[in-house]
Amino acid sequence: MNIIVCAKQVIDPEAPPASFKVDPSSNKVVPPPGVSPVISPFDEQAVEAALRIRDAQGGKITVISLGVNLLRDVVKKPLYMGADELILLEDESFAEGDSWSTAYALAMAIKKIGEYDIVFCGRQAADWDAGQVGSGIAEILGLPGVTVAKKIDITDGKARVERVTADGYEVVEVSLPALITVSNELGEARSPTLKGIMAGKKKEPVIWKPADIGVEASQVGAAGRRTGLLKLFQPVREGKCEIIEGASPEEAAVNLALKLREAKII
Amino acid sequence: MAEYKGVMIYCEVNEGKLAAIATELLGCGRKLADALGQELCAVLVGSNITGLGKGAIASGADKVYEVNDPLLKDYQTDSYVTVMEKVVKQAMPQILILGQTSIGRDLAPRLAFRLDTAAAMDCIALAIDPDSKQLLQTRSVYGGNALATFTSACSPQIATVRAKAMSPLKPDASRQGEVIAIKADLDPSAIRTKVLEKVPEEVAGIKLEDAEVVVAGGRGIGNADGFKQLQELARVLKGAVGATRPPCDNEWVPDAAQIGLTGKIVTPDLYIGVALSGASQHLTGCSGSKSIVAINKDPEANIFKVAHFGIVEDWKKVLPAFTEKVKELLGG
Repeated sequence: MNIIVCAKQVIDPEAPPASFKVDPSSNKVVPPPGVSPVISPFDEQAVEAALRIRDAQGGKITVISLGVNLLRDVVKKPLYMGADELILLEDESFAEGDSWSTAYALAMAIKKIGEYDIVFCGRQAADWDAGQVGSGIAEILGLPGVTVAKKIDITDGKARVERVTADGYEVVEVSLPALITVSNELGEARSPTLKGIMAGKKKEPVIWKPADIGVEASQVGAAGRRTGLLKLFQPVREGKCEIIEGASPEEAAVNLALKLREAKII
Repeated sequence: MAEYKGVMIYCEVNEGKLAAIATELLGCGRKLADALGQELCAVLVGSNITGLGKGAIASGADKVYEVNDPLLKDYQTDSYVTVMEKVVKQAMPQILILGQTSIGRDLAPRLAFRLDTAAAMDCIALAIDPDSKQLLQTRSVYGGNALATFTSACSPQIATVRAKAMSPLKPDASRQGEVIAIKADLDPSAIRTKVLEKVPEEVAGIKLEDAEVVVAGGRGIGNADGFKQLQELARVLKGAVGATRPPCDNEWVPDAAQIGLTGKIVTPDLYIGVALSGASQHLTGCSGSKSIVAINKDPEANIFKVAHFGIVEDWKKVLPAFTEKVKELLGG
């Protein structure tokens, strides 16, 4: 089983909300000082989904990350977790893309890899939250797709995917090769082991430029965008919380109930 | 080449009726169509949808396209994208709006790539730029920490809209409109997926997204047993229990209880957040609630920034006394 996983380096979404700042003049997020970027959590779960399949029936996992200023210790985490190979689409021309130009570059890289049974992506990246790149790759490559998966079983050249819906899940069978996007309901991604880190440190990522995947710089990154960002801003929160006190926690609880009754909320 | 014109709403059908999101989108679409001085049309796709077009007209549509075919019984990417591609190519709308639902999340991006255009997902506001007449798409990004407004010069402009972000019109049964049937013409062998089973995972009792009171717990609840106390409070208040992502990931509650960016959007009259920090992606799903109460021992917790009332204490000491007092006040 040859598996490809797309994994994105993002600003840590678990950083304290108070540290989140936008620079209005550039319409960009100011990376919080002292907080390292991470692999987008849903993408880590996509790596986990790939590892579970390889654990069960063997195979090879190739991870692709696209961007600029990719920190080796960050983008190598899938290797530390156990993935076999890492390809970086790392070039200035890949920067500032939108869902379209990103999916296009990733699809061309996957085409170059050539042999694959499953392509995994996270359901959406923790920065732009668009959730389009997986579907876009599938469409460009002409693959069937199943999105928002929480469990994947492979039998007889087909994948049985549990796809999360609003009221539960549905079991979808899909022929391979296919693209599957993974959601958090899959369960936590494994932590790298010391052995995994040692092995991963020794592996050098392969770096591909636009020409390596047969595309022009004008087709990817900012130049290949189909959407324009007019404005990036932070929603204003009112922040007027009335703290209910009491001589003891129990008394505070009683006071809260009385307060809600008085305000006709209950 | 024909011109792209008008606003099209993809109307979801749920249990034989127009879904709530469909009427919300029609309300929003009506405003956009009026701002452009153009037509609003609705699309219904499914296997037993005849007659539902009237409801879409009553809710604001001028025209309805119906695609009715047994092969469209279950939502499947291949069949629905193919059908929608056909409808869009025939109707040539300038704007196409879908709901940010299980279907819309899957259908909108794939359709956008098929049609060689762009989509904006999970919009909370849509407007027409008075000068360019382009659609201004405002959506939440960075897990709800920021909002971003996008445009696209591609046609049609596709957007999905978050549940409960828009208001439906009051249905008017006297509104007139045209219903046009479009044949699906699907090749069954081109549908590469098969839905084997649908497994409901409903939380017992009142539906979370319809509940007037929601009691939600976070990581701090600690285990499945802790959620029993939340259920007791929800029962007393005739509400439903929800959760942030960690309790779902740890299987203390079913996944269907998740509130937030990738879970359910709730807008109850009263939302009680217990032992949850208030990560932006969670607040995205509950900040539209009328009154928000927070119980958390950490005074710095983000939830206090959106809460109207709060107690800074260990929830284990607060909740039993609170539930007792509420029970007494409500006479039950």
